[in-house]
Amino acid sequence: MGMTVVEKILARAAGQASVKVGDVVEPQVDLAMSHENAALVINQFQEVFQGTGLAPKVWDPSKVAIIFDHRVPAESPKTATNQKKIREFVTANGITKFHDVRGDVGGICHQILPEYGYVRPGFVVVGTDSHTTSHGALGAFSFGVGATEMASAWSLGIAVNIEVPATIKVTVEGDFPPMVGPKDLILHLIGLLTAQGANFKVLEFHGGTIRRMSTSGRIAICNMSVEAGATSGIVPGDEETVRYLREEAGVTDAITCVTPDPDATYVRTVDIDVSSLVPQIACPHMVDNVKPIDQVVGTRVQQIVIGSCTNGRLDDLADAAAILRGKKVAEGTRMLVFPASSKIFAQALDKGYIHDFMRAGAVVMNSGCGPCLGVHEGALGDGETALSTTNRNFKGRMGNPTGFVYLCSPMVAAASAITGVITDPRKG
Amino acid sequence: MAKVILKLENDISTDDIYPGRFMATVLPTETPQFAFFDRTEFNAKLKAKAFPAGSIIVGGENFGCGSSREQACSTLKGHEVSVVARSISRIFLQNAINLGLRVVICPGIEASEGDELELTEDQVLNRSNGKAFEQVKLPAARKGIMEAGGLILYTRARLMAKNA
Repeated sequence: MGMTVVEKILARAAGQASVKVGDVVEPQVDLAMSHENAALVINQFQEVFQGTGLAPKVWDPSKVAIIFDHRVPAESPKTATNQKKIREFVTANGITKFHDVRGDVGGICHQILPEYGYVRPGFVVVGTDSHTTSHGALGAFSFGVGATEMASAWSLGIAVNIEVPATIKVTVEGDFPPMVGPKDLILHLIGLLTAQGANFKVLEFHGGTIRRMSTSGRIAICNMSVEAGATSGIVPGDEETVRYLREEAGVTDAITCVTPDPDATYVRTVDIDVSSLVPQIACPHMVDNVKPIDQVVGTRVQQIVIGSCTNGRLDDLADAAAILRGKKVAEGTRMLVFPASSKIFAQALDKGYIHDFMRAGAVVMNSGCGPCLGVHEGALGDGETALSTTNRNFKGRMGNPTGFVYLCSPMVAAASAITGVITDPRKG
Repeated sequence: MAKVILKLENDISTDDIYPGRFMATVLPTETPQFAFFDRTEFNAKLKAKAFPAGSIIVGGENFGCGSSREQACSTLKGHEVSVVARSISRIFLQNAINLGLRVVICPGIEASEGDELELTEDQVLNRSNGKAFEQVKLPAARKGIMEAGGLILYTRARLMAKNA
């Protein structure tokens, strides 16, 4: 019987010839990623070792990645102290894939991992962040875990007792119309599947649209797969994956792409034609509350956010800058831009996008998670509304339980910044 | 028997259970103060220890969706409450089992605040409306972790065996 991509990856990582849905396996972990919540992982990890007489050392320091992004630079003494403890742990354990608060190699974990070639097709990646699904964009089986589960992986080098998930095959065909892109596709799909439609399942992406899509776009769709509940999104590795890893991440060693068998079994198939897709908006307070833009056009917006692990890459900034160039952010609206990494920030500077944003009146911030999870800068005032290219709009998400968050593409965010109301970029 | 102290709708996110702005607080000994922080009255009652151990929060579909933050489980575990929900999001379910937070998946559950529930091996009995509801068994793959008393003890045993 044929296997899906994730079944093949799990079989390889568990040292088995084959696996099927529901099997319990213990795959070797190829990469284990954490951000500031490594502070909790370290606490749990040390507890595991208590009374064992063994020194608390991670199983393989070359396979652990720690990236500071959630609160950079630290917003409080508490965070700064957590970061300090993590730095000490990194040094003591000889962890090399460490990205501190820096303007050269810093950034958001879900951008840093691909950017530095840490993720490869066929890898098993675990991360203490639900958006670890992002790395499926490079053909890896990549999923979010809690801190204690990460402590277990750090101790044993395996993901314990993993049930092989069922896979939903999503086939996407057609060319995006102007001002419509990957973000609109994934929002549309989440609306279709609902917030729990893919719970305990994998979304495997296929079709001409996906094949032609850049790795950046693929990261956006895999990133938000978790908003349909998916364990992981995955785009089987292909020419674009190899191109990205070679040309953009500088990878020189062998890359082996894993593809599904033609007779693989899927629990469900979904077919989408994007040639008539319109800009999509996820409305408060659930990501699956997705509407075509015409139903919310004109909604007053106090804060525009462009950036994050979902849409803070160079092509996202290029799309937004092209719309804002020579224009001004509306009075009564503020616009915040967070490039996904320091490298992208520098590239956007060279290309002039940062100047475009600043001349328009946007505030450009350092790379990081920023206001997306409401713990750093860019909180909403009582009753205020944000339109954001980030990935979640839960009540309280942008730091204020009385706020409203709408999610959209960079094009919609940029067009709306100029008018101060939700605006269709096709008509702007 | 235990009382339903909170009845919730579908898609309760971990941002609701443990708001992101408290994520710098990580230790299980410190997280309980922020449980359902923005549900001000309920949070105050939790902090005042108004509910006996084993009290029940009833959720709808997709309970615990969103962020992987483990604080969302440790914050509830700290108050010794149980969660009965129609369905539970994957990472939250995993974290609950790992930390030993009692969770019950009960697709048909009908209960209101104040109802008395009895959690049996495979059913939820609502003594207030006289109805019985079937549980969905927790993943068999996780049995070893539950029996060990959580993932820390389970991992410690595996580690010792590996180094024996």
